[in-house]
Order: sequence, then C-alpha cells, then structure tokens
Amino acid sequence: MPAHAGENVTFGFWVYLMSDCVLFAALFATYAVLQGATFGGPTAYDLFDLPFVFVETMLLLTSSFTMGLAVIAAREARVGKTWPSGPERRLLLLLAVTLFLGLAFLGMEVYEFWHLIAAGEGPTRSAFLSAFFTLVGTHGLHVALGAIWMCVVGAHIWFNGITTGAVRKLTILSLFWHFLDVIWICIFTFVYLFGGLAL
Amino acid sequence: MFGILTLDAFIHGPVETGAQLAVVGGALAVLLALTYFKKWGWLWREWITSVDHKKIGIMYLVLAGIMLARGAVDAFMMRAQQVLAVGDQVGYLDPNHYSQVFTAHGIIMIFFVAMPLMFGLLNFILPLQIGSRDVAYPFLNSMSFWFTVVGAALINLSLVVGEFAATGWLAYPPLSGLEYSPGVGVDYYIWALQIAGVGTLISGINFLVTIIKMRAPGMTLLRMPIFVWTSLGSMILVIFAFPILTVTLGLLALDRIFGMHFFTTDLGGSAMMYINLIWAWGHPEVYILILPAFGIFSEIVAVFSQKRLFGYISMVVATMSIAALSFVVWLHHFFTMGASANVNAFFGIMTMAIAIPTGVKVFNWLFTMFRGRIIFATPMLWFMGFLTTFVLGGMTGVLMAIPGVDFQLHNSLFLVAHFHNMIIGGVLFGFFAGLVYWWPKIFGYKLHEGLGKAAFWSWIIGFLLAFIPLYLLGLMGMTRRLSQVDEVFRPLLIVAAVGACVIALGVFLQVLQMVVSYVQRNKNIAGNDPWNGRTLEWATSSPPPEHNFPSTPRIKERDAFWFAKERRESLFSTPDHHIEMPKNTPTGFFVAMVSGIFGFAVIWHMWWLVPVCFVGIVTLLVVRSFEHEGSH
Amino acid sequence: MKSFKAYLTGFIFSIVLTVIAFGLLHFHIKSGHVVPPHELMVPLLILLAVAQLFIQLVFFLHLGQEEKPRWNSVAFAFAAFVVLVIVGGSLWIMNNIDHGQNDLSGIYPTGEITPQGQDD
Repeated sequence: MPAHAGENVTFGFWVYLMSDCVLFAALFATYAVLQGATFGGPTAYDLFDLPFVFVETMLLLTSSFTMGLAVIAAREARVGKTWPSGPERRLLLLLAVTLFLGLAFLGMEVYEFWHLIAAGEGPTRSAFLSAFFTLVGTHGLHVALGAIWMCVVGAHIWFNGITTGAVRKLTILSLFWHFLDVIWICIFTFVYLFGGLAL
Repeated sequence: MFGILTLDAFIHGPVETGAQLAVVGGALAVLLALTYFKKWGWLWREWITSVDHKKIGIMYLVLAGIMLARGAVDAFMMRAQQVLAVGDQVGYLDPNHYSQVFTAHGIIMIFFVAMPLMFGLLNFILPLQIGSRDVAYPFLNSMSFWFTVVGAALINLSLVVGEFAATGWLAYPPLSGLEYSPGVGVDYYIWALQIAGVGTLISGINFLVTIIKMRAPGMTLLRMPIFVWTSLGSMILVIFAFPILTVTLGLLALDRIFGMHFFTTDLGGSAMMYINLIWAWGHPEVYILILPAFGIFSEIVAVFSQKRLFGYISMVVATMSIAALSFVVWLHHFFTMGASANVNAFFGIMTMAIAIPTGVKVFNWLFTMFRGRIIFATPMLWFMGFLTTFVLGGMTGVLMAIPGVDFQLHNSLFLVAHFHNMIIGGVLFGFFAGLVYWWPKIFGYKLHEGLGKAAFWSWIIGFLLAFIPLYLLGLMGMTRRLSQVDEVFRPLLIVAAVGACVIALGVFLQVLQMVVSYVQRNKNIAGNDPWNGRTLEWATSSPPPEHNFPSTPRIKERDAFWFAKERRESLFSTPDHHIEMPKNTPTGFFVAMVSGIFGFAVIWHMWWLVPVCFVGIVTLLVVRSFEHEGSH
Repeated sequence: MKSFKAYLTGFIFSIVLTVIAFGLLHFHIKSGHVVPPHELMVPLLILLAVAQLFIQLVFFLHLGQEEKPRWNSVAFAFAAFVVLVIVGGSLWIMNNIDHGQNDLSGIYPTGEITPQGQDD
C-alpha cells in the first residue's frame, strides 16, 4: 500500500462529509419550504420546548468535546506498550463517555418522537411534520450509526491496542462525530429556535 | 413471509412475456455457458473478487454493452409504436406498457449505459494517465461496481416479476405517489437508483481523491492531461449533486412506504418541490456525463491532428466554470411551472452563460486542428461527427434557454431531439471515440478500422435521420411520450423509424467489429503506443501489467511522455523490486448482493428481511475492517 | 492547534454561544415577543449559529489548519457554495412558484386552501 494511504483515507472521508452537507442541505431546503404546510396540525411553535432541546444540545456538544479528548489520548499513546496501559485506558474511558452522552441524546430524541407519534402528531399528519421528522430523524440516524461505529472502534482498540490503523479509524470517527454536532447547530437554530419565534 | 409478492406478479401480457423470456433465457444461457466451460472459478478469482481498476473498468464496459442492448430495444419499440398507432390504430403496446418502456429507456440509457461507460473508461485510463498504480480505494471501487450491477439487475428483474414505473425517467409525483402508482413499479425504480446512486457517489469520492492525491511526482495540476481535468470536474459534480438525488428519492420512498406527505396532493405536500429538487440533481447529472466526453475529445484531437492541444489553460478554466455554473441553471427544466419573470430570467441567463465555456472548448479544438496534419482514423471521425451535431444541438439548447420560447417547446419532441442530440452526439459519440482510441491499450490489439468507419457513418446518418424529424415534429406541436399520434405526424415519424434502423445497423457493425477484431487479434497487436500518443497511458504495455508501470515516473512538463519520446529518454528509473498490490476480496460483491436483497425486500414489503439485510451489511463491513490489510 | 487547549476553547465558546442563543429566545418570549425586537431575532440567531459553526469547524474539525495545499478548505468552500445555492435557490423558487396564481386569501381567510375539507 502506498505510504501515504493514511492521509488519503482522511481526505476521502472529509470529501464524503462534504457530500453529506449537501444531503442535509436538501433536507433543510425541504423543511424550509414545507414548514408552513401544517394543514391544521401542530406548528413548529407547538413542538418547541426550550429546556428539553437545550439539554439535548449540551449532551451532544459535550460528547463532541470528549471525542476530541479521545483523539488526543490516542495520539499520545505509545504503540507497543502492553495492554492495558494508561493511554489505552484513558482512551477507552473517553470513548465510553462519548458513547454514553450520544446515546443519552438519542434517548431524548426518541422520547420526543414517541410522544408526538402517540399524540397523533407523527410524520403522516402533515407535510411540515414529515419534513421535521425526516430532517431531525436523519440526523439521529447518523448519530446512531456513529454510536455503532464507536463500539467497533472500541473493539479494535480492545483487541489490538492503539495501532496506526486504530488511530486512523478513530480520527475519521471523530471527524464524523464533530460534523454531526455542526449539523445539530443548524437544526436547533433553524428548527427549534426559529420555531419558537412563531414566524 | 413474501410480503405482497404473489405468483400473479410473474404473469404478464404477450409482449411482456416475450421480454420476460428474453431476460430469463439470457441469464440461463450465461450460467449454462459458464458451467459448461468450467469457468466459475476463473470468473470468481479473476473478475468478481478483483480490486484491480483495469478489471473493474472492463466489467463496467461489459455492463454498459448489455444494458445498451436493452435500452436500444426499448427505443425501437417506441419508434415502432409511434409509426403503427396513428389515427384510430392502437399499435401493439397499451399506454401503460408504453409508459413503462419510455421510463425504462431513459433510466437504462442514463444510469446503466452512459454512467457505466464513463466509469469504465475512467477506471481503466485515469490511474494510468496520472502515473499511479491504482485508484485511492480499490476495495470501494469493487463495491461501487457491484452496487451498479445490482441496480441494473433490479431493473431487469422488474421485467420478470412485477412491473416497472410508468412515470417517465424522473418519476414526478403525484403520478409516482402511492395513490396513482400503487404497484411495485415505482419502488423498483427508487431502489435500483438508490443502490446504484450510492455506488456512484462512492466512485466520485474515489476518483476525486485519486486525482488530487495520487498523481506521479512532478505532475502538478497544470501538467495533468485535459481528460484528467474534465474527470475531476465531473467527479466534483457527482459528489455534490448525487446526495440531492438520494434525498429526493428517499422522500418519495417515505411517502410511499410510511404515508408521509412530502409530495402528496393533500395534507400540505408539494409535488413542485420534488420537481425543484430532482432537477437540482438532474442538471449537474448531464454535465457529469458530458465533461469526460469533452476530455476524451481533447485527447483525441491533439493526437490525430499531431499537434498540441490549443489553449490548455482556457480549457481548464472552461471546465471548472462549467462545473460551478451547472449548479445554478436547474430551473430551466421547469420554466413553465409558474415562477415569475424575474426567476425565469435569472435562470435563463445563467443557462445561456454556461454555453460560453463550451464554446471556448469548441474553438480550442478547432484551433488545434488548424495547421495540424489530420489523421482520419475512426476516433477522429467520431470527433468530427460530434463537433457538428453537438454544436447544432447545443444551439437548440440556447434557444430553449429563452423562457418565452421554452413555453412553446417544453415537453415537445423538440426538447426530446435536443437532449438526444446532446447525449448521443456528445456523450455517446465521446465514449465510442474513447473506446476505439483506448481499445488497443485495454485489450492489446487494434479494432478493425474499416468496420469502425462503417459503424460511425451508420451512427451519424442514423442519428440525423432519427432526430432531425423530431425537431420538426416538436415545432409542429407534437408532445413527447405519446403512445398514439395524429395522422399529420406520421411521415416524419416514419423517417425517424428508418433512422432508428440505421442506428441499429451501426450497433450491429460495432459488434461485428469487436468480433472480427478479436478473431484477427494476433495480426493487429498494438504494442505500447499504436497511435503515437502524448500521455502516460501509452508509456506502458498493452494491456498494462497488474502494477501498471515498472516504477513511478517523474514528470517534468505537460505531455511528458511525448517529450520523452522526442528526446529518446525514459520517464522511468530502475524498476521497483517489491511492488505491493491490494489483495482480491469478495466483500464488495457480497455487500452489494445483500443490498440487492434489501432493495427487493423493501419493494415487495417483506419487512422481516429488511433488518436482516441491514445487519448483514454492517457485519460484512465490520469484518472487513478487522481483516489485516492484505496485499501481495 | 490540535491540543487540549484548542478543544477546550472550542467547547467553552460553543457553550457560551448556545446559552446566548437560547437565552435570547427565552427573554424574547417572556417579554411577549418585544425584547429583543422581533425583526432582529432572526438575524441575531443566524449570526450566533454561524459563529458557532465557525468555532466548531476551526477548533474541532481543524478547518484551514492542514498543510498546503489546503484541499479540505477548498472542498468545504465548494460545499458551502452548493448548500447556499440549494437552500437559497429552493426558497426563492418555491416562494415564487405561485406567482401566476390568483390570490385566494380573501376567500379563505386562514390561508389554508381546503376546498374538500380537512377532515377526510
């Protein structure tokens, strides 16, 4: 394999993230166009719950921070030390915290969705709700996939230690995870906060 | 357990049954031949599990060839119907079936002929032109190819079990929604395209990273061949446009599966938003197809005029301008949908603007030919055919960019003639030219020149006969997609049908050319550099060894190979001792197959199978990530 | 820049910007949509969001800190262009698409056109 294969993987993944930006852009455009199409059902203002969304935001933001710390721990690890050494333990702990925070975020989101659907205000109620559930739900799906991936990377490190391959996998995962928090900034602003303005 | 799949789905009318038998018969024939000649092991080892860009490229070309046959049959069926179903006659296809035929024709030609042709040539030639041993992600390359195959397989499967979409190739709602297309046709359409689309997006990333990161040392951006530049432009478009398609088809699927209301006529849905989104993808898509063809022509003009390409920098600027501008013209596909004059005017002006860089390219090609010593070999003929027809067709595009004119011509046969002019005269002629030009490099022997010329003349005469009448019919007021036509349109439709037959002759001659050339291959051995080329792919053997080059070349200038030849130097130093190439793997093939089953399960509402497939795909990928990076 | 300090800075700034955004909206609603003025809310929230986007792009995603040539930044710039075109273009087009249609707001004062009734 070419010597610089590692950078190629990171750059390629960054390009994929850029394509994912466009994917979310199409979902945001759809939401923006359909947000008024409530057809007598609930509006964004009705869905908006400031404290709830604030907690979700803090959970995801903190998990993005702990993911960054995990990447630092991985870089500081010295390959070849016997397992379980200090850096590996710290890394796995940080990953576990990140995972926990991410799952807590997802739990809150599932709770919100469940509540709405049970009240008859699910994605089939109106075009606005279809757009809301799909935009926020797609983000949630990405988070869920990231969580699964986090377990896989954790397993890699558990079984094989902090190899160069593991560091590369972790770096890419961290890019993904940070990116998801960036998208969330747009979601909480344009969906929830704008909703609260009752535009 | 089988969802909504019943035995009824296998029973069709007479014409469809013919198609069914053709597909099943064809598949069986291939399987039997493989068994009889004991080639299963060879197929698995050498092709299915290969991660070599050259093998994958050839497989893409084979896929394109097979699907071209089917797409062409669809075209002949349409021409026949429109000649027969005049006045009170109903022809031999009922309207629903006719609709499925023109839908399949469009999907197949764009997604399963033009795109695979492009990716096939890109796969084989691009790494060679930049002096690399392979693409950036060989495993993903294999997986992307098999995703495309699965998409094509689903389209063909719809002929055997179930039905296909009867909505046109872009499946506008509300017709494509659950209420008006309750059957499985639109679902086949959605999932074939979603799966193939994932493959395309991954390939886009793969080739972009290859171009940016894997060029030979010394090959700066401005020393790359123009084919590489246009491929770069095309891959940028793939990466930034295909996600829009994924979302739009995904939302349509949500409407159909879960009863959501993105595009429904009630509860707030907006079918017009679908049209807006699908064309925001659709317009970049056509530039995705044409840019590599432009690049191929740039290579061919220089080699067959025996002169350096004129205006390299302006070619680069034009290419990148086209890439950027192609994102701001999409409304010209729906001028008539109701926007105000301001909106229409903006997009009309941008549409005319994008014709300018194309014009720059045309002049650069002409200036390359000027005072060159032209060799009228088959690739050059394809180029000259392209130049004349594409420019004429392009002008009809600029004409329709005027919203007022478009109001008359929208969805008439004038439009149909225009885009076939672009796609056949531009894209297809370009890929045919590239095939003939690079065939010796890929297979090691030159194609029969006489048959090649005959095929070209059949194609261009056939094309003109088949499509100039359509311009006239459009101006006379004939709408597109009619399964029954007025008496007054008949004469020109007959001319068009004759043209289609001449095109069929052209296709036959191309196939004959391949057969005859194969039989005579030992008399026409190509050697490294049969055309006296200028770019790096001609610096290695035909076909190249698995590792492409003996060592990594050092590049000092544009057209480095040409100048090395002139100076009688070599670009290569001592051959590398130990060359590591990635190992074969079946994982890409398996992931794609499971995705195919996933698609089939969703189409036929076999809900239990869906999470099973999802788990299967995740498992395969996780296992792959634990495999040691194998090489040999 | 990939140090602990960088991540901590990004984290703190993000928290601050988030708290300000949520806080502004809270006061706005509490004061009956008066403070801050309704017309200013949208620009303010957008500004805060864009600021936090940049903070996270730079401090978490290290945008602009790769060695030259800065391909990541080029890719991001093009992505930003496409995103703005799609979202902005779609909004412009879809809000304009009924340009040729009659204004029925006098007949259906709620603005919801439901000639067949909503409760089908």
